[in-house]
Amino acid sequence: MAALVLAEHDNQSLNEATAKTVTAALQISAPVHVLVAGLNCAGAAAQAAALSGVEKVLVCDDSRYANLLPEPTAELILSLAHSYDAILAAATANGKNILPRVAARLDVPQISEIVAVETPEIFRRPIYAGNAVETVKAEGFKKLITVRISAFAAAGKTGSANIENVPPAGDPGLSRFVGETLTRSERPDLSAAKIVISGGRGLQSKENFALIERIADKLGAAVGASRAAVDAGFVPNDRQVGQTGKVVAPELYIAVGISGAIQHLAGMKDSKIIVAINKDEGAAIFSVADYGLVADLFEALPEFEKALESR
Amino acid sequence: MKVLVPVKRVIDFNVAVRVKADRSGVELANVKMSINPFDEIAVEEAVRLKENGKASEIVAVSIGPQGAQETIRTALAMGADRGILVKHEGRIEPLTVAKILKAIAVEEQPQLVIMGKQAIDDDSNQVGQMLAALLNWPQGTFAAKVDVADGSIAVTREVDGGLQTVALKLPAVVTTDLRLNQPRYASLPNIMKARKKPIVEKTVADYGVDAAPRLKLLDVREPEKRRAGARVASATELAQRLRERGVI
Repeated sequence: MAALVLAEHDNQSLNEATAKTVTAALQISAPVHVLVAGLNCAGAAAQAAALSGVEKVLVCDDSRYANLLPEPTAELILSLAHSYDAILAAATANGKNILPRVAARLDVPQISEIVAVETPEIFRRPIYAGNAVETVKAEGFKKLITVRISAFAAAGKTGSANIENVPPAGDPGLSRFVGETLTRSERPDLSAAKIVISGGRGLQSKENFALIERIADKLGAAVGASRAAVDAGFVPNDRQVGQTGKVVAPELYIAVGISGAIQHLAGMKDSKIIVAINKDEGAAIFSVADYGLVADLFEALPEFEKALESR
Repeated sequence: MKVLVPVKRVIDFNVAVRVKADRSGVELANVKMSINPFDEIAVEEAVRLKENGKASEIVAVSIGPQGAQETIRTALAMGADRGILVKHEGRIEPLTVAKILKAIAVEEQPQLVIMGKQAIDDDSNQVGQMLAALLNWPQGTFAAKVDVADGSIAVTREVDGGLQTVALKLPAVVTTDLRLNQPRYASLPNIMKARKKPIVEKTVADYGVDAAPRLKLLDVREPEKRRAGARVASATELAQRLRERGVI
């Protein structure tokens, strides 16, 4: 049979989450097809066709998929599901929203946020905010899977898949898109950045986050935050790194003024190198840090910024 | 309008979870259990809807062992009107839970089902979406704000990169995110009052649902531990070390 991957994209371009989901899909079933549902999404479809290992890109360019609302999008996937023994989506807001709807209608259990494929039927996934990892076997039914993208490498860009249009499915007419407020940023996307610098309650105010942002701009890093910093209103909610926010695994993660609650650690402990700056020597964050600096962040950050200039 | 609030009994979020030596699961014996925090937010939102005259009755449902009755009592103490306990021992899959909740929704005819976006034990994030699919209702997941109007509900959702607002026809399923509200503490008089509120006990079989898990659980392990590295004396030294590693 084959695997179908639901593409994550903004119509013009493909999100790297898709390339990572393709990597997981290739370990489960072949060939791999990618479904690009959207409006004026030829740009994203072309990028999907270039992913290594993708045999075919299915495009459904229609206004009913402009915002990937789960009700019509699930119907579209269901109209294609019979040809696939595995259907995957990245565990992004869209993937988490849409895929369980498909799984329920197909009457199969979904396997959420896998971090490893042991065999095409055996998967590992974190539970209890990453404090335990379970291994499950899915045998005898279609595999409906969301993929934790920080756990898989992105597929290459040497492919040249065929692009095929597929007809839209019925819209149940249950929901309507009203609007969105997206945080625009010149900095790299939190989930895709090679370097992430995050601030916690220790920053004390929204204004003080400028200290973090200046360093982020010097390093080409994304800015993240702990739940405490988000709840205190220092930064918008989409910056939250943690089990209930974004799970990231960059090359370098710098935690500033973050104590290291289990919730936060679950969102960043797979980073390659972790740096912690905190004035509390006993902070839990130091137990996972490759480099720890016990210091007042209001002195350490300007000094760090200066040290970055003098290269 | 009637509101149905499913609540799950889970290990309290402050408890450090321990994996059993035989790798069959995590230790549940003598561990403090609480209402799933996201479900607590759902109960709070339902109670606020009732206080604002938008909801008429709140029914709290829990599927789990006898102890899940305490979870329902927590919801009743916060302001829910009555409870349904569907007794079940052991592992149960999200799809099975969704099927039971569907049967209850068909019986109770709520206009709104509001529940946590995920339970903090299995972190599946599936039941709300699955329930909506089985009922052919719309869904508003990861809600940061809800606004009930005549026959519809506007849900502002936490999505990657910001907030999205959708309008859903009622009846609908809403799942809660962290910032929807700050749940209240139940007052002592309300805790006392909750003891007198009715809880009906049912079994999974009463709803004609097969509860046997279809995913085979092979094992549960500790995650790989990271080890603490070196301390550096200054930010200048830190920059130097990171340069040596070639990451900046």
